[in-house]
Amino acid sequence: MVNQMLPDKEVILSARKLCKVYLMGEVTVNALKNVDLDLYKGDLTVLLGASGSGKSTLLNIIGGLDVASSGSVFYLDQDLSKLTDRELTNYRRLNVGFVFQFYNLISSLTARENVALVTDISIDPMTPEEALELVGLQGRMDHFPSQLSGGEQQRVAIARAIAKRPKILLCDEPTGALDVKTGKLVLSVLDQVNRQTETTTAIITHNVAIGGMGDVVIRMSSGEVVERIENETRTNVEEIEW
Amino acid sequence: MLAINKKLVRELWHLKGQVASIALVVASGIMSVVTMRGSYDSLVSAQQQYYSESRFADVWAPLVRAPLALVSKLEAIPGVDAVDTRVTFLATLDLDDSGIPAQGRFVSLPEIGHPKLNDIVVREGRYIAVGAPDEVIISENFALARNFVPGDRIKVIINGRSRELDIVGTAISPEHSYAVPPGSLYPEDDRYGILWASREILGPAFDMDGAFNEAFVTLTPDANPAAVIDAIDTILDPYGGLGAYPREDQVSHLILQSELDSNRVTGAIIPLIFLGVAVFLLYLVLGRLISTQRGEIAIMKAFGYSDREVGAHFLMFAVVAVLLGGVIGTIGGLFLGDAYIGVYDQYFDLPGLEYQLTPSLLFFAFSACVLGAIGGAVAAVRRAVLLPPAEAMRPEMPATFKPGPMEQIGLGYLLGATGRMILRNLERKPVQSFFSSLGVALSVAILTIGFFMFDSINYMVDLQFRQIQREDVTLTFREILPDRVRYDLNHLQGVNRVETYRVLPARLRFGHLEKEVVIQGMEPFGRLRRIVNSKGYEIPVPSSGLVISSLLAQRLKVTSGDEVIVEILEGKRNKTQAVITGVIEDFLGLSAYMSIDALWSLSGEPNVVSGAYLAIDGQRVDDLYAELKEVPAVTGVASPATMLESFEEQLARGILIGAGFLLGFACVIAVGVIYNAARISLSERGRELASLRVMGFQRREVAILLLGEQAVITLFAIPLGWLIGYGLCYVITASLQTDIYRIPFIVEPRTYILSAMLIVIAAVASGLVVRRRLDGFALVEVLKTRE
Repeated sequence: MVNQMLPDKEVILSARKLCKVYLMGEVTVNALKNVDLDLYKGDLTVLLGASGSGKSTLLNIIGGLDVASSGSVFYLDQDLSKLTDRELTNYRRLNVGFVFQFYNLISSLTARENVALVTDISIDPMTPEEALELVGLQGRMDHFPSQLSGGEQQRVAIARAIAKRPKILLCDEPTGALDVKTGKLVLSVLDQVNRQTETTTAIITHNVAIGGMGDVVIRMSSGEVVERIENETRTNVEEIEW
Repeated sequence: MLAINKKLVRELWHLKGQVASIALVVASGIMSVVTMRGSYDSLVSAQQQYYSESRFADVWAPLVRAPLALVSKLEAIPGVDAVDTRVTFLATLDLDDSGIPAQGRFVSLPEIGHPKLNDIVVREGRYIAVGAPDEVIISENFALARNFVPGDRIKVIINGRSRELDIVGTAISPEHSYAVPPGSLYPEDDRYGILWASREILGPAFDMDGAFNEAFVTLTPDANPAAVIDAIDTILDPYGGLGAYPREDQVSHLILQSELDSNRVTGAIIPLIFLGVAVFLLYLVLGRLISTQRGEIAIMKAFGYSDREVGAHFLMFAVVAVLLGGVIGTIGGLFLGDAYIGVYDQYFDLPGLEYQLTPSLLFFAFSACVLGAIGGAVAAVRRAVLLPPAEAMRPEMPATFKPGPMEQIGLGYLLGATGRMILRNLERKPVQSFFSSLGVALSVAILTIGFFMFDSINYMVDLQFRQIQREDVTLTFREILPDRVRYDLNHLQGVNRVETYRVLPARLRFGHLEKEVVIQGMEPFGRLRRIVNSKGYEIPVPSSGLVISSLLAQRLKVTSGDEVIVEILEGKRNKTQAVITGVIEDFLGLSAYMSIDALWSLSGEPNVVSGAYLAIDGQRVDDLYAELKEVPAVTGVASPATMLESFEEQLARGILIGAGFLLGFACVIAVGVIYNAARISLSERGRELASLRVMGFQRREVAILLLGEQAVITLFAIPLGWLIGYGLCYVITASLQTDIYRIPFIVEPRTYILSAMLIVIAAVASGLVVRRRLDGFALVEVLKTRE
């Protein structure tokens, strides 16, 4: 296990000895086994792993959607494992942006309104227009999800996630439902947003090629972190092929 | 068990809340038919059976006195099948208590054997024995009210002479199913009884040896009733005939019939509305429920199940819900039907009356529900099986939305994101939203009907017993007395005011139309009894001419200013003319009012009165009653307060069951619609709502989004329901116009408020149940699954 500290960067989120045990009927599943993780301010971290490696579980716990069985998760100096449901909701509301494989847009709201849904409840957000411009959708703001392609829907989801200026942006297989070309477009949007807004970003993927675009690549297998790589330079998304 | 059946069983269990609420709607629909329609059918069949068994007469002919020899003349009238006669009189009963003096109507039985017509049914004890002059059979209700049993003795005052009789039995008869004392409007079983005795006693006692004062006949099937009545009147005229009348005018029959008629509304119309609502809901709810299973349907098809197998599988959801509801509804309906009949049984003496359910009725109710359920299920299943299986393998396309009309006219800016989502969801499925609203509206309407019944009866009671009948005591004299009796009455203990009245049976004729009524001669400036119309306004007693009920005016097709022929049916039997000076809306009976002076001059009789209204000092009421009992001229003493009590008691029983039923039914519908709509929304939009939670929306905020839609549907439904309810109340009022009573069309504001409040409570309760489920949502699970 690699556990290297970089003193020049601020740690935004830090997990120690995280364990997650599921009871699936009579079988106990150890989804996470003593996982340590640090996310640094402004970094783009890629969590790589096959299905069942525990990467989604880890993301859900650091995103405040799930609670660890043991271990600690600190967001700055706040211990997430000690928060109530209401406080976790507030944590998500103010600090975390989510992007999912299946965009999960609200079908009854336009692109602009989907973003506004989040900005309405945030402190000091971007305007929906700014956020949509960041993802290159300024011309499609008043379209409903049913009028947008898959890639466009995912970009709306990204705009929605970043509009609140989250401290952490968590993306769970953001290209999973997209073709290569659209997938690359979405990744370049994430890359660009990360560079422009310096939002700490974590992308989950099973696609090894995507690892090149991150500052840090963490490989997981069977609920454990098996490798941590720091890239000297981030590969341009255009150059990634899969 | 096949895997697909295991799936069915488990999913039924999983959806148990929804299945139960659908089953309850079915149960209510079937229960209403089984209970109300079933009771109505039982009542009608008991009536027919009773009439035929007791050989109920077709025409009655009261008269003063005629020799028995006249019977053969009556028998000779064409169209007459059988003739019977009897002697009947009112008498005071001396019952050893300080209450209002009780009255008895003596009715003669043949010396040997049973009456040819209008037979009685002995309920307890035995029939009178031949040659036993002191034996009497009393009416069952009176016996029950007064705790008389066969073997007891009863003291009566016949022709001013006290006499003790042996009670040998209790009985009932269709003529007195509904025993109303003279001067009263409702049966008062503890004050008024029927006493059947041998003609041997009654003949001599009333100076009726070898004579009769009432005849009745049955008609042959081809008879012309009007011609027979005319012929009877002609024959009896010289003997003081008081005007023959058909069965339709016989009081007990009339009341029973109008009660049956009003029951036809509740027995036939209302259950049909209920059933219709239930069927409609089944269509709606099952359709949506199955729509949420779209993905599963496609996956089953992908596995190779045929459309037919998939369709049958999902139809089973409908069938299980309907069968479950049907069984509950039938069992509940049988119990409730028994209770319903129990109420009627106390009210009417119909010996064969018992609740019986016809299989065809049950079959009809069941089929309607099954059809509704299957209709909804088939439509939904068909939509689902038309979907190529591959579609379910892909993430579902977002539903198509566009700004609705509300936003196009610019109202959208007033709404936040939550408001817009709610509005667009409603506008995207306007038909579904409307029908959901309609479903809730129907329950509002049903509640409105229920409370309306209270309103209108309250209004009627208030008008009758507080505005019209303001006397404390109504006296009926055994025979007419000179008007100066008022001075004697004034001297009785505790009497503050006396107003006398004269009532005369008469036939009003206009063109070829005629109607027999009782003309009430009233004091022109009376304070105790006034003419009051349906709005509560006093109508002055005209110095000449008649004021009549609007229903009577309709029957005779007369209006104010018309001149009718008045044929007095008593005394000198004058036949003159009178002008209709007023037509009033009223609720009880077919009334005809005149000033007492005008009536005297019309009938040509000296100043005589039939009775008096008294205002009395409440503290000395017992003394007055005791004194009145000693006055042989007074046969009837009625008190509006007592009448009101008995009326309200009768009503309370009947209405409580009815209102309870309506209330339960309306709540089941409201909960059925709202709970199901919210549950279905929840499963249709689970991902959306979970996304909002992930984005940091609190539970409460998400709940508002989901339940806001139901709130809008409910709020829209309330005025719609009021409107429908108002219309249905009108229909019920219009179809309940009988000669005995009309229902005032009065819907109090309270009724609207109460019905809305109950629906809101039902809606909030359903919402809270759904919210609990929403709170238990596993966010990650919902987001990970594709639908």
